[in-house]
Amino acid sequence: MSHASLTPRRSSLRGATLPKWFPWAVAAASVALGLAVSAAAGLQSSIQWALIAAVCFVGGNYGVSARVEGRRQAKDRVATSLVWVAFLLAVIPLASLIWETLKRGVKVLDGYFLSHSMGVVSDTEPGGGIYHALIGTLEQVGLATLFSVPVGVLTAIYLVEYGRGRLAKAVTFFVDVMTGIPSIVAGLFILSLWVLILDMGPSGIAGSFALSILMIPVVVRSTEEMLKLVPNELREASLALGVPKWRTILKVVLPTSLGGITTGVMLAIARITGETAPVLLLVWGTNFINTNPLSGPQASLPMYIYLQYANSGGEGAAYDRAWAAALTLIAFIMILNLAARAIARWKAPR
Amino acid sequence: MDTTTATHQQTEPPTPEAGAERAARGATRPGDRIFLGLSRGSGILVLIVMAAIAAFLTYRSVLALSENEADFLTSFEWDPSGSPPRFGIAVLAFGTVVSSVIAMAIAVPVAVGIALFITHYAPRKLGGTIAYVIDLLAAVPSIVYGLWGALALVPHLNGLYGWLDDYFGWTGVLSWSGGPARSLFTVGILLAIMILPIITNVSREVFRQVPRTHEEAALALGATRWEVIRMAVLPFGRSGVISASMLGLGRALGETMAVAMVLSPVFDIRASLLEPGGGTFAQNIASKFNEATVMGQDALIASGLVLFVITLLVNGAARLIIARRKEYSGANA
Amino acid sequence: MKLQRMNRRALALGALAVSGALALTACGSDDTGDKTAGGDSSASAAAGGSVQCDDAKGRLQASGSSAQKNAIDAWVKQYVAACKDVQINYNPTGSGAGITAFTQGQTAFAGSDSALKPEEVEASKKVCTDGQGIDLPMVGGPIAVGFNVSGVDTLALDAPTLAKIFDSRITNWNDAAIAKLNPDAKLPDLKIQAFHRSDESGTTDNFTKYLKAAAPKDWTYEPGKSWEAKGGQSAQGSSGLAQQVKQTPGSISYFELSYAKDGVKTVDIKTEAAEPVKATVENATAAIGAAEVVGTGKDLALKLDYTPSADGAYPIVLVTYEIVCDKGNKAETLPATKSFLNYIASEDGQGLLAEAGYAPMPQEIITKVRETVSGLS
Repeated sequence: MSHASLTPRRSSLRGATLPKWFPWAVAAASVALGLAVSAAAGLQSSIQWALIAAVCFVGGNYGVSARVEGRRQAKDRVATSLVWVAFLLAVIPLASLIWETLKRGVKVLDGYFLSHSMGVVSDTEPGGGIYHALIGTLEQVGLATLFSVPVGVLTAIYLVEYGRGRLAKAVTFFVDVMTGIPSIVAGLFILSLWVLILDMGPSGIAGSFALSILMIPVVVRSTEEMLKLVPNELREASLALGVPKWRTILKVVLPTSLGGITTGVMLAIARITGETAPVLLLVWGTNFINTNPLSGPQASLPMYIYLQYANSGGEGAAYDRAWAAALTLIAFIMILNLAARAIARWKAPR
Repeated sequence: MDTTTATHQQTEPPTPEAGAERAARGATRPGDRIFLGLSRGSGILVLIVMAAIAAFLTYRSVLALSENEADFLTSFEWDPSGSPPRFGIAVLAFGTVVSSVIAMAIAVPVAVGIALFITHYAPRKLGGTIAYVIDLLAAVPSIVYGLWGALALVPHLNGLYGWLDDYFGWTGVLSWSGGPARSLFTVGILLAIMILPIITNVSREVFRQVPRTHEEAALALGATRWEVIRMAVLPFGRSGVISASMLGLGRALGETMAVAMVLSPVFDIRASLLEPGGGTFAQNIASKFNEATVMGQDALIASGLVLFVITLLVNGAARLIIARRKEYSGANA
Repeated sequence: MKLQRMNRRALALGALAVSGALALTACGSDDTGDKTAGGDSSASAAAGGSVQCDDAKGRLQASGSSAQKNAIDAWVKQYVAACKDVQINYNPTGSGAGITAFTQGQTAFAGSDSALKPEEVEASKKVCTDGQGIDLPMVGGPIAVGFNVSGVDTLALDAPTLAKIFDSRITNWNDAAIAKLNPDAKLPDLKIQAFHRSDESGTTDNFTKYLKAAAPKDWTYEPGKSWEAKGGQSAQGSSGLAQQVKQTPGSISYFELSYAKDGVKTVDIKTEAAEPVKATVENATAAIGAAEVVGTGKDLALKLDYTPSADGAYPIVLVTYEIVCDKGNKAETLPATKSFLNYIASEDGQGLLAEAGYAPMPQEIITKVRETVSGLS
């Protein structure tokens, strides 16, 4: 983390330099130029004038700097301006994403929305809420966590504490492969196993199984990294006192890395909470509250967003609900993320 | 094989011969044996699940492929419920590859730019904040990107499309006839935005690990900041950036809902990227699965298998590169 | 010492999460009555009378055609208001998935926009003890051809022109073929954006069957659930198509009339009748009246005529069936299924359809349906 500042110091040995405010001036001029050109040519899209401004900014920086400071400095300035442009280019859509979700999401987001299901409200009418989806998501994700955390943590313990030889190599390799399974493929697998072969109906737990397939590799990876950070001296000290290996792992290794493991688990939860495709295939969706994840279709937040969008027929009411649900989902994931980070900081291995 | 005998032992009562081997491994107490059994069992469970997934995908694909009358790899048709069933993945492969390539072409340079911005250009506090925000954005679910893409991004792209058509329409690759901007190009842009945080995060970590001494040495020789980056930072981080990009590519290839919400899939390959066309493996499965007959489902699963294999190869390549980097990097020593 | 404290804190966190989740479970409600549009409460009071709950209770799962989704939504709203003990969950997964779910015994009934195929009837015998799955036509609907051309409010097209438009052979709204059919309309110089379904669908099936029957020379593709023609644009579901037509100038697409709301304009179809036929509920009912029952026994599958010549018979129609077992329905859902189907086949139930943009079944067909429903076991 500790990094000295990189800003180059001034030197009297240097040639002519442009003043510090120069890039800002070029930036302002480019934006003005971009707007002017767009207004003159009747271009409406904000993307267009932004692109014109970006090109002007980079070009202007290079042109002036090449004159005054020479080619090497000019190249440096081009690189700097390109990096800034890249940053702005990325910030605009990401900021727009957050802004749109906030702006359109708060319209119908209130206590009523959070505490009522869709019930008999049809998709094109206003009203209704996400309570059933919220319950569904919490239960499915909770169950998936319940399945995958023990399996994931134990697998990681096996790999770090016991794993030698071919089995460990195979497990490492296949955990990597598992990380890359597209979520829809995991959904298809559970679908044919659960619904088509075992002849069980759609239910929350079927969705949890698919989510577990997606979650296990993430938990294994992050736990493995955390366990590796535990210094061997701790293990050796414990073993030297005659403590059995399993108690050493449970009482020394795991508690030491608990913070990191929790963070990993929470990030994994955040990832699967947003999964839509497998849930769509397996949990099926309902407009009513179903608190029993073991039988009958349930709803879930991402699926709710998708269905509101897909069945809206272009109605504003359904879009409003979709945005409000999206806002709830993002808020939920952000809180998990922040909690994970707080735990990581609080329990960081020192 | 060593693994099978090892698991077998877990269920047997302790025998003197086995006891000697266990002692050598340091596992002598019942608690230890149970714990080892549990953790090894979990590892084996992972293997079983993977094997089951592969077996199931292959089994159902074979069912579909044995009935298929068209060439699975090159046919432009998708009519698995017809008689005889005819389907091929050429269109899907094209759409998946093209949208991912567009996404990579946009996302990788921009992500590297942001990573450099955070590590080398921005004031430290600002950089930290941005890094944090981008970390959070990596967790935004794809369905939200899809909603935003369909309702906010697509209407905004009409201007850009018209522009591209005006100036580059003659190439044929970027011509546009004025429909909604729901093409592979838009999908590429959306995927780029989605994978940007992932690539940025990993690249940033890699650039942070560049040994200070390398940078300081370059600075001491009078290098400008760009020259430091070009000579010290980028060469060191190259493999890291490549593997980050591969991870991003893996996500772009398998993305389902966001693509399904933004693309107007037409089962055909069009020369112009701005016209509706193509479709991706994952999107096609999600859109068609519900109405599909049993044969249709098998055909979709066969296409899922292809996606699985492609993702596997990409992720495998990424891991290989990371592994190589670990061996040669000075920072991890 | 320290480790113990950490564990306790983790425990406390977990306990907090669990109790929070439990508290949350207690406070939600399915009752959305107080916030839905005001007009509905009066309607429910009026319709409530004809719903006979009998001993119906429990959760009724059904799934299938999305074409009838809006009709089922309207029915469920009335029905549930009268029978508080029943929850009906209709999932518009599509006809294919609906039939599959039904033959696997996951649902009490399926909705489908095409009748059961022989192999599907065979499969249904597994879940219908001593019986088989039967098709009950319940909802009719005109498939409207919606368009979005500013300045043009009525547009008449015939089958060959429609076929060429959807096959990208007519690509501009000012094409001579369109102008000939609409001498009075001011057709702009605007590119046509023809949208079709990206998923497989019974709506596509009926629409292409119509094109094939009425313009065999111009529509050379095989009719079917998946769109065969190349070119054009696509979107997911009828809802997605309606959404695109609303947003895209120059667009044209096909979807159930119930999706053509909020100023979506629909094409009048030129048939052999004197005047082009508007896509309305009455005109669709007129066309369905000409359909013949081809199902055997209790099965009431219909064969539609896509080239009616009568005045005011709209040629592109779709009929959705509710699929149940004639005998051997599951005992726990039978009362609710019967009671619900009774309601939707009743005068009140069918009367609700026109409001939602669907066509009620003609009298003679619905009478047969009622008989069959009351005999379900």
